[in-house]
Amino acid sequence: MELLDIGIKFILIVVIFLISLVVAMYSTYAERKVAAFFQDRVGPNRAGPWGILQPLADGGKMFMKEEIIPTRASGLLFIVGPSLAIMTACIGSAVIPWGQSLQFGSRTVDLQVTDINVGILYIFGVVSLGVYGIMIGGWASNNKYSLLGAIRAASQNISYEVSMGLSIIALIMVSGSLSLKDIAAQQHGFWANGYFTWNFFKQPLGFIIFIVCAFAETNRSPFDLPECETELVGGYHTEYSSMKLGFYLFAEYINMFISSAVMATLYFGGYNYPFMDSVAASVGPNAAVILGVVLMFAKVFGFIFFFMWVRWTIPRFRYDQLMNLGWRTLIPLAIFNIVLTGLFMTFFK
Amino acid sequence: MSTFYFIAFLSIFFSLLVIFAKNPVHSVLYLILTFFTFTIHYVLLNAQFLAVVNFIVYMGAIMVLFLFVMMLLNLNKDAEPGKHYLVKLAGVIAGGCLLVTLVGTLKLTAKSDPVILQNANLGLVKNLGKVLFNEFLLPFEISSVLLLSAMVGAVLLAKKEQRATV
Repeated sequence: MELLDIGIKFILIVVIFLISLVVAMYSTYAERKVAAFFQDRVGPNRAGPWGILQPLADGGKMFMKEEIIPTRASGLLFIVGPSLAIMTACIGSAVIPWGQSLQFGSRTVDLQVTDINVGILYIFGVVSLGVYGIMIGGWASNNKYSLLGAIRAASQNISYEVSMGLSIIALIMVSGSLSLKDIAAQQHGFWANGYFTWNFFKQPLGFIIFIVCAFAETNRSPFDLPECETELVGGYHTEYSSMKLGFYLFAEYINMFISSAVMATLYFGGYNYPFMDSVAASVGPNAAVILGVVLMFAKVFGFIFFFMWVRWTIPRFRYDQLMNLGWRTLIPLAIFNIVLTGLFMTFFK
Repeated sequence: MSTFYFIAFLSIFFSLLVIFAKNPVHSVLYLILTFFTFTIHYVLLNAQFLAVVNFIVYMGAIMVLFLFVMMLLNLNKDAEPGKHYLVKLAGVIAGGCLLVTLVGTLKLTAKSDPVILQNANLGLVKNLGKVLFNEFLLPFEISSVLLLSAMVGAVLLAKKEQRATV
């Protein structure tokens, strides 16, 4: 029995890992298609029908390319950089609840790898660790542009982590738990006791702060200053080639997927959907759970599309504008949000 | 128990590497690894909250700033001036004295009764919060005011310098 539990967890981990990789792979394709749509072009359409095999061709190209390690680069750390970037991107998915538990006879299977009671903080820790991949890689390249890109990335991530943490505090005040499983379960259905259950409707300002910070943490445009090619050649990955470069680019897409999943879980109800109890009553519990998982992924894909939409719409900030936005706008707003939440909880509940 | 010994060995090993690494950036990276082993120690002690806070604050924030400064300073072996052997000797003696003092202190504390933990789940965030905001409310608030005053002081110092240059 014990062995079976471990086996189920192992399968779940492998499945989630594969899903993250496949989603990240096809995000690169989706990004190019979305960009093409916004710019009134066709986009990749040569490899396979509608260019659907394009990510495979890109991946193959990345592996085949010549690998160049600069002579003055710091050997081992040059390899550690991209490895760390992709590792931290992948381990974030461990605490995300993808659905309610499935019932197989007497056995219940949780669709979450592990439910630690400090789930949000774990995500935070992983996010803060992610910056090391960029910093180590940028420093080990022994290139001024790489180092500048790495330092920009580090200062940007640290600055936006502060307001991200403050926006989360207001959410924790509402939910009273740090466990992502509890937070998802609290948003059951869509409407209860005369108000929406989803946290977005309880914390609209917090959500806006969180999504802006998520853009900054994943180094996505308009916050893609670490790899600002007009100023820094290629930023922290200037010296990288072959699959090491591929890992850096890939880590960005995995991060996008994970942060979309976190946003969907924290603010948009995760696997919950309207009338889920009546659906469960009519089609059976397991089918309803599967529908919840499908809707969870639909929300995640919605957020990924939003990331791309913003990228191809809004131009990049200047660096001082980025810092001003982080320290002088978002942090005061986040503190205001905490005070507002506290007042509301004291006087209206 | 064997996990504890393995992790303890790693902690000491990495902290020795912090001292013996020639390159300051490598030294900082070993320090990060040392802090990571501390996080594992906290997890072994069932103190999840402390573990994750150590992970976020020390590994994720403070060490990033350390690394930041080290990378910008661009220190390397060639730039480091050679030290006179008398200075090195003085350093060894002073370090040895500190070691003797620390070992002596630790030996004294080992003789006292070990605190028997009443609640094995004390380290979980819920219980820790209750203890902090009931029994230790005043020290908790005072220490937060202390940190705030340190922050205000740092901002004030930075501001002053800016005015002098203008």
